[in-house]
Amino acid sequence: MTAPAAQFTLDARRVAPDTRHRGIIQTAMGKYEVVRDQRKLWFQDWQGARNLAARTKFAAVNQLDTHLAEFAKNLEARGTKIHWASNAEQARSIILGILKAKNAKVVVKSKAMTSEEIHLNDAMETAGCEVVESDLGEYIVQLRQEPPYHLVFPAMHLTRGEIQKTFQDKLLDAPTDNPEDLTMVARRVLRQKYIQADVGITGANFAIAETGMISITENEGNARLTAALPKTMITLVGIEKVLPRLADLALFLPMLAVMGTGQALTCYNTLYGGPRQPGEADGPEEYHVVLLDNQRTTLLADAEQRDALGCIRCGACLNVCPIFRNVGGHTYGTVYGGPIGSVITPHLRGLQDWKHLSFASSLCGACTETCPVKIDLHHHLLQNRRNAFAPATGKPSWWQKTAFKLFAPVANSPALWSLTTKLGRFGQIFHGLVKGSALDPAQAWTKTREVAPIAKQSFREWMKERES
Amino acid sequence: MSERENIFTRIREALTVKAHAHHGATLPTTAEHRAVLPAVGATTAEQVALFTKNASDLRANFQPVTDTAALTAALIALRDAEKWRRVAVHPGALAQPQVAALGVPTLVADGTATKEELGQCDAGITECDALVAQTGSVLVTSRSAGGRALSCLPPHHIVIARRAQVVADLPAAFALLAQKYGGNYPSMISFITGPSRTGDIERILVLGAHGPKQLSIFLLD
Repeated sequence: MTAPAAQFTLDARRVAPDTRHRGIIQTAMGKYEVVRDQRKLWFQDWQGARNLAARTKFAAVNQLDTHLAEFAKNLEARGTKIHWASNAEQARSIILGILKAKNAKVVVKSKAMTSEEIHLNDAMETAGCEVVESDLGEYIVQLRQEPPYHLVFPAMHLTRGEIQKTFQDKLLDAPTDNPEDLTMVARRVLRQKYIQADVGITGANFAIAETGMISITENEGNARLTAALPKTMITLVGIEKVLPRLADLALFLPMLAVMGTGQALTCYNTLYGGPRQPGEADGPEEYHVVLLDNQRTTLLADAEQRDALGCIRCGACLNVCPIFRNVGGHTYGTVYGGPIGSVITPHLRGLQDWKHLSFASSLCGACTETCPVKIDLHHHLLQNRRNAFAPATGKPSWWQKTAFKLFAPVANSPALWSLTTKLGRFGQIFHGLVKGSALDPAQAWTKTREVAPIAKQSFREWMKERES
Repeated sequence: MSERENIFTRIREALTVKAHAHHGATLPTTAEHRAVLPAVGATTAEQVALFTKNASDLRANFQPVTDTAALTAALIALRDAEKWRRVAVHPGALAQPQVAALGVPTLVADGTATKEELGQCDAGITECDALVAQTGSVLVTSRSAGGRALSCLPPHHIVIARRAQVVADLPAAFALLAQKYGGNYPSMISFITGPSRTGDIERILVLGAHGPKQLSIFLLD
């Protein structure tokens, strides 16, 4: 087993039976499901909207070179400096270079999963900058020195009591555990940071080719302030985020809100097309956009799974995934968790090290069914399983061969099948004696689970009895 | 080779293998968008009614006013209720004349005010580009709302709009932007949908996370 797989197994075993964790997640998801479903009905045709979104993303990703060139050209025309980074190291050194040139001491950041991908905060702190995450959830996990738990809700796994404790320890300020009071503590602290900050760093939800703009979706106003107050603004964005036209947002902004949080529209959907322009009252003097590949072109080269680049990071597939809900966001050990993370991480970070994520799936298809851009997620998990064995190790192992050699004749003969289920019923009487112990051949399953009894009567037997 | 060229080379190489377009590959038209997006009534009256409902759901304060005198009175009432000591205003023909009657120190967001000063204002008064009935959103830009910070930094954001600025839906809002600004867009365009909010602590809604705790929208007939 590879190290990430061993860690995954260890963490999953610890988290899955934790009923407290389960309770927190189920409460949060229960609230989300109700509002999400109401909002889907608010659309005239939600399924039709998914089709249009999938079509738009197909057009965007399959002409990525054209759209990306247009995006960069339009931004540059209005005074934005575009940087290209093939990998994490290049992206970090570009951003550190800007910070150094600006002699930056304080950096304020709005939520950016791409920055988690390149471990930007560590690099900036090592370079001597004070880095402040401004999204409330991100700020909480930053204070706790944890990675975000979820793409959309970074502090979803924490209770108000835990957050109060964190604020007491780190900020020496948390009068109560009331969510409003806690939010106001963060508001007060961060207000000062926006004003002090030399550089503001954001991510992006969409990159509009037609007009050369980045689009940021948020509820708190922290990205608005990050993009308004510091003298230098940097946006780190994956190359796959392009949308061809400004008007495409008319579809994508409400769809992202519905799937992300169950809102009609997220509170602030903001487009930035450059630094402060002549005649404008404020805004950064300099605007840098860093375009990040970091193995996205590897995923692009896989025509079968290319649609995964259309992901809008709404987190909807995580929310419906029985695996995510059982093992939790941190167990994945990846920047992107849940089904989409299990699909793309092997492309971004190596199939052999991360193939276990594709096996940690019941293939129930809930992710594919909910995905607003119709990424064929559960089939991609299946394809990853296939690809993990081909071509070098493409041969099944001796025990797989033996198992199928035994299984095939039984499954092909009604008489043998019937005999086997009868024996199974008989055998199950004694199963209780060894259940879950080392002697149990099904120990991996039965150690933590009950086994449903085999039906007293098979369907065939029932049918025969009914006909006679 | 530059990194830009390296990335483009990899993209073009990757795209030589064609993917199957399971759901189609053409960009949808506006009519197609409208056929799936939430329905909006055709008349202005219906759209204003929808905006009113959405604003209330979003906990924004939406108030139609008959004329500028009524608007002034409404602003004075807010000043007294919230004990404003200082306000900032967008230098526009609709907004700026309103602050004179308030009798409190005023900052004009024309590039002369510092962010520290702006941060001490109790309210930011702006105009807007449109009100979107479909979602209850206020569409502002750096040109209609005194730059980037005015509509976000003070704890109360006040928007003064005209009835003619109400548009039906998001496609109409984007069409308006394209028509109004064409090849010279403002550097910031924002759809503001209710006061700032967060649900990051136990998914419980709290207003005023980092942006304004209150959003008031006055609609002039």
